[in-house]
Amino acid sequence: MSKTILTVDDSRTMRDMLLLALSDAGYRVVQAQDGVHGLEVLKDEVPDVIVTDINMPRLDGFGFIEGVRRDTKHRAVPILVLTTESDAEKKDRARRAGATGWIVKPFDPVKLVAAIRRVAA
Amino acid sequence: MDPMAAIKQTFFQECEEQLAELEAGLLAMEGGDSDSETVNAVFRAVHSIKGGAGAFSLDDLVRFAHVFETALDHVRAGRLAATPDVLKIKLRAADVLADLVRAARDGTTVDEARCKSLADELRALDPNGGEEKEDDLSTLNFQPVVVRFEGLDDDDDDDAEDEDTAAPIVVPSAGARLYNIHFRPRPSLYAKANETALLFRDLKDLGKIKVKCDASGLPLLTELDPEGAYLGWQIELLTDRDEDAIRDVFEFVAWDCDLEIKDADEAEADAPMNDASESADVDQQVAALLELVRASAADEPAETAAPAKSGGKKKSKPAVAAPSAAPKEEPPPMAEVVPLPAKQTAQPASAKAAAAADDLKAAPTIRVDLDRVDRLINLVGELVINQAMLSQRVLEAGLARASAVAMGLDELEQLTREIQDSVMAIRAQPVKSVFQRMPRLVREIAAMTGKSVRLVTDGEGTEVDKTVIERLTDPLTHMIRNAIDHGVESPEKRIAAGKAEEGLVRLSAQHRSGRIVIEVSDDGAGINRPRVKEIAVEKGLIAADAVLSDEETDNLIFLPGFSTAQEVSDISGRGVGMDVVKRSIQALGGRIAISSRPGQGSTFTMSLPLTLAVLDGMVVTVAQQTLVVPLTAIVETLQPKATDVHGMGGNARVISIRNKFTPLIDVGRELSYRNTPADPLASVALLVETEGGGRSALLVDAIQGQRQVVIKSLEANYRHVHGIAAATILGDGRVALIVDVDAVVANSHAEADAQDNALAAVG
Repeated sequence: MSKTILTVDDSRTMRDMLLLALSDAGYRVVQAQDGVHGLEVLKDEVPDVIVTDINMPRLDGFGFIEGVRRDTKHRAVPILVLTTESDAEKKDRARRAGATGWIVKPFDPVKLVAAIRRVAA
Repeated sequence: MDPMAAIKQTFFQECEEQLAELEAGLLAMEGGDSDSETVNAVFRAVHSIKGGAGAFSLDDLVRFAHVFETALDHVRAGRLAATPDVLKIKLRAADVLADLVRAARDGTTVDEARCKSLADELRALDPNGGEEKEDDLSTLNFQPVVVRFEGLDDDDDDDAEDEDTAAPIVVPSAGARLYNIHFRPRPSLYAKANETALLFRDLKDLGKIKVKCDASGLPLLTELDPEGAYLGWQIELLTDRDEDAIRDVFEFVAWDCDLEIKDADEAEADAPMNDASESADVDQQVAALLELVRASAADEPAETAAPAKSGGKKKSKPAVAAPSAAPKEEPPPMAEVVPLPAKQTAQPASAKAAAAADDLKAAPTIRVDLDRVDRLINLVGELVINQAMLSQRVLEAGLARASAVAMGLDELEQLTREIQDSVMAIRAQPVKSVFQRMPRLVREIAAMTGKSVRLVTDGEGTEVDKTVIERLTDPLTHMIRNAIDHGVESPEKRIAAGKAEEGLVRLSAQHRSGRIVIEVSDDGAGINRPRVKEIAVEKGLIAADAVLSDEETDNLIFLPGFSTAQEVSDISGRGVGMDVVKRSIQALGGRIAISSRPGQGSTFTMSLPLTLAVLDGMVVTVAQQTLVVPLTAIVETLQPKATDVHGMGGNARVISIRNKFTPLIDVGRELSYRNTPADPLASVALLVETEGGGRSALLVDAIQGQRQVVIKSLEANYRHVHGIAAATILGDGRVALIVDVDAVVANSHAEADAQDNALAAVG
């Protein structure tokens, strides 16, 4: 059974790239455009892993992660954040917000799938 | 198409949107908007461009975007005040970024010196000095390997070169080292959805492992916190890989556990792990653990109702199965019902989310290939023609107007019209896409001319056909250039004239009676009429003793080859005069007019059709030919009376309309349909207005009616015909030509002038 990945990113380019890489790897992908939208999607979806961007309008990645971790239904879902560079400060904040791990942009499909495999049971 | 190429295309489209947002945000900030969402949006725009550019290895773009982003981040974090000077630099940086994006898209190059100097300016804005930024930049190219197990083969090959031990993956070679790993997770590790069993799985991929569970910290069941972490693990790992590879496995959890990795060979003295421990086959244990994780993940919802169950499993994964939010952080009003407060806190958030989502849903859009829209428009055009034909056939068949067929046709006609309007609306776009290019232009020209200019735009949401929009950029660009270069005075002159130092250029759009009216106005000196006249005389455009009204003088600047600049300046002197502007507006079926007040500025008003695909026209007969005259040009129609028509010598005639003499133009003769002049008394006169506001009367044989016609390009299907704008297909299937009113009028004036001159020469 294929796993479902929720990707949350305000950039269409990034969403498309994630979609391409993940669906090529056999995952089912659901998309959201920002944190608020992401939380909304989670009402109907039970993803196995969430991949989220940090800088987004309306609700950023930190707020989104906190929102997921507060939600009894989804609090145990692994969340990977996309960070543009190996920015220690941003990683640290994401971690404190409850992120499971991170993926450094630009990512290649192999790295992405590896990171997902790493946190997905 | 290659999916990556498609994404790249999306990226460039998105870049354009981000660039527009960036500029709009910066302009808003310049206008005093200090809202944090504006600042964030600006930051995000650059950030997104950088992110995407990185994915496509557009290094120049990434590098500049990074410097820009850093500078914006200082503003966002409040380390740098958004002063007008700072914003000016950022606006220029936005321009450079736009150039870089387009260069990357089109494969062209950019002005590197300009990029570099702006990058330096941006770095200079850094309150901490610029060095640190360079460091950031170097980390940018560093791409840490997140995970190793996937690409293990490759890695091992690399390692093999270093260690000259060609090792198979899992079975460690003789040169393998033994590591003792002490690992004790904290509750936070589970709260972040990390999973001990998965870590072991990854470790197992590095070599041979033995895992021993230290359950000594496990409390009695009654005291057990389901969210707690009580187990510690002793792991023996025999691997060819180095310690970094092991640390890599723990990368995500390094903060949430106690981790100690020791090289057992080096630290032989440190009590080696006892094989006698109950650690059975580790592979089996790991497999069992994974099985557990999978099982619990599968029936998670069920387990949320029974937190005790997972605790009872006394295994390493309380957090995964445990449902409630960490009780310590959230003092629940009712201790027993743990999930409830969590739900309550979640609810306002989701309510807000729903409300915000409504905002988002306000305008859902889809992207459609332009070709498809055009095809649809073409088809609708054919439908309109076909429907008109059908009506005609029914009429010819002599069916009563009240017959069911005729009434059905009436309905069809209405529907067709509605479909047509709707389809046209698809192509309609707000003029914003053109307007938003203008601020940059204004900045650049103001900088070049040393003038201080502010651009105010209005009515950006006004919609007009995409083709019109596309062809609007050049004339608008030129008009704004003109407004700044010729209209707005230098700061000194403005102050001397008692005006604000900063000049104002206003660009506005609005719908007016089925057309879009775009105005470019400035508060400059206005048109220098004596000078304009002087030049016109100099260039032989008018006679030295010509008496011209102010309006006529102003319109002289639209004459070909006219340029008022004393010297050809860098800006206006690109070989493009106002005559070109006028011609391109006319080519769009538009009109341009000018009004100017000395010392107060000038206003150029363009009026354009909303679409180039259909036209409301008056169908007329001229010398047995059916012609269409655009309705927008016609002011009124009248039946000439003998007393009103006066000969002017030659074939020229004028008609008196309400005591004003207007040239009477015989369309049949102008278009060479016949040589004998038409009898005005047996004809109909159409009073038309041309761009300059001048009026003429067109003489046609008869009026057939008024109809919406679909425009078919004559150039594309045949060739350009003077005096004819385009063609259309009528209901009876015949082709009718659409009269280019301005060309016909201008041509007749030219003929009249030539005749006058000839007469003057003879006399």
